[in-house]
Amino acid sequence: MIIDINFIGLIIASIMASAVPLILASCGELITERSGVLNLGVEGMMIIGAISGFALMTVTGSLIIAIFGAMLAGVLISTIFAFLTQTLITNHVATGLALTIFGIGISAMIGKNFVGIPGKEFPVLFEGLKDTIPLLGPILFGHSIVFYFAFALPFITSYFLKKTKIGLIVRAVGDSPESASNQGINVRLVRYACILYGGAMSGLAGAYLSMIYTPQWIENMTGGRGWIALALVVFSTWNPIKILIGAMIFGGLTIIQFHMQAIGVRIPVQFLTALPYIVTIIVLVVISRDSRKIRLSTPSSLGKSFHKDN
Amino acid sequence: MHKFLIRSFVSSLVLIFTLTVAAVAKDVKAAFVYIGPTGDHGWTYQHDVGRKAVEAAGFKTTYVEGVPESADAERVLRQLANSGHDVIFTTSFGYMNPTNKVAKEFPNVKFEHATGYKREHPNVSTYAARFYEGRTILGTIAGTMTKSNVIGYVASFPIPEVIRGINSFTLAAQKVNPNIKTKIVWAFTWYDPGKEAEAAKALIDQGADVIAQHTDSTAIVQIAEKAGVYAFGQASDMDKFAPKAVLTSVENNWGPYYVDRVKAVANGTWSQKDTWHGIGDGMVVISDLDSQMPADLRSKVKKLQADLASGKVHSFTGPIYDQKGNLMVAEGKTADDGMLAGMMTYVKGVEGDIPK
Repeated sequence: MIIDINFIGLIIASIMASAVPLILASCGELITERSGVLNLGVEGMMIIGAISGFALMTVTGSLIIAIFGAMLAGVLISTIFAFLTQTLITNHVATGLALTIFGIGISAMIGKNFVGIPGKEFPVLFEGLKDTIPLLGPILFGHSIVFYFAFALPFITSYFLKKTKIGLIVRAVGDSPESASNQGINVRLVRYACILYGGAMSGLAGAYLSMIYTPQWIENMTGGRGWIALALVVFSTWNPIKILIGAMIFGGLTIIQFHMQAIGVRIPVQFLTALPYIVTIIVLVVISRDSRKIRLSTPSSLGKSFHKDN
Repeated sequence: MHKFLIRSFVSSLVLIFTLTVAAVAKDVKAAFVYIGPTGDHGWTYQHDVGRKAVEAAGFKTTYVEGVPESADAERVLRQLANSGHDVIFTTSFGYMNPTNKVAKEFPNVKFEHATGYKREHPNVSTYAARFYEGRTILGTIAGTMTKSNVIGYVASFPIPEVIRGINSFTLAAQKVNPNIKTKIVWAFTWYDPGKEAEAAKALIDQGADVIAQHTDSTAIVQIAEKAGVYAFGQASDMDKFAPKAVLTSVENNWGPYYVDRVKAVANGTWSQKDTWHGIGDGMVVISDLDSQMPADLRSKVKKLQADLASGKVHSFTGPIYDQKGNLMVAEGKTADDGMLAGMMTYVKGVEGDIPK
């Protein structure tokens, strides 16, 4: 079969589109984790974002309200997590899991009235330029604003963590909350902010699914992407740029696999479904052998509760 | 403590009284067990539409959604049988063993199992729909409407139900257009909008201009709409999700059967049955045909629909060969139900192998 260059462009464009929710949720969770908080509720926050975005779009008819509403919904539900883990000092893992179960349940409940309603068309940018450049045309043009934001986000996140003062504070809080606290930093406030930011990004990731990727509401429509996003943070060794690469690989697996099927090459699907997790485990094994590398970016107090009596 | 005892004694008396009254009044109560959420707008959604028809006919119904096909199913069934339900519909293939097991323990409760074949006790019936008849119609439309002669097909799991659908579709498409190729992508899910969309996208990128699906969500028809290719709705009428792309849909219509069976329980005429209904009995419904289809194709489809309904045309009429060229159904013969129920080979003209 002759594969022309535009066809490759189309495949890459679909891979990038499937990577968007992973990048958004992972970059959000990365900030949360860099502040020392492990929030396993990404799947739950995503699905809440998905239903909120879709519901607001249907009710108000405004895409802008829907997108920001979805982010706000992510913030609200992550506030529950923040309150429990930071104020009531509950266990991060258990609370995060509860958040996911809660999110899936409540989204299904709200979503009952929104089943079977077609979504609205989401505007895309630079549609006309798509055919002007071979290969790059479909990759660069004709996507939604959220798509472009997602691909800028890892760079913004990286800059924020490395070059800004607030970024430094977040890292300090994640590495040694005690010292940070002694320096006069309000650890709890920083962590609250980072959790809420993670919630907003997960909410946006969910809204991307229900409003742009497959514009409709269906129960459980995130389909485990929140968990992949969590695995991606570990895979990236808490480095935002690597999230970009990881999301392309994780998101691309299914698409490449479908293309291979259509061409007539068979790969065991079950293996491919498990691959993101297998790769993550391998990465974990590799980085845990090199303690210097892991120390560079793993937040040392990840998942540990911080008590301060004041 | 005494108060508590008295209270619970009184409430159990009330409970017993209510149950007795219910039994005397012969109010038939039907229960439905669903594999997915009622909000899937596909398989479970259509069963729930059927349940609502039973309710509209004046019977009480209950449903339990998202029941895994495991020991959980048994527990749910036992609970439903224990709580005064007279007939229980179990609407997924994997409930086959739990249904038969629990049916043995409750000989007075009627059990109706969808898409299964085991009827181990006199109080178990099975029912299914001949969806492949609908796919004969879709194949005819796809074969006529394609310009690229590449038809995409998003499949779920390699089981006879799905293989039968692919074969029926391809046979019909080849009949009207011998040059077509059916490209199949296995999504290995019944229901994951993201994945289904990606599968459809891959097929469209590879030149398919008509997409058929055997998965449940509306994602595929939406992708087709965006890409400007044709598609067909699955399980329910999906036209409103993609008005330009959807040419027609094959709808699962369980309502009449459900009402029939619950009425039979109420009248005491219920008996064990194995039902496999198609277009003729109204269990498989073809939605409105889109006006983009040429008039002669529309009238051809209408006629085919009538012929399938009357039995004049059978989806699997010989000669049918498998991929290796072995004769499956001889000329002038039709495939019997046994062959259809266990169909695990592609017919000639389908590309690729069935995944293991």
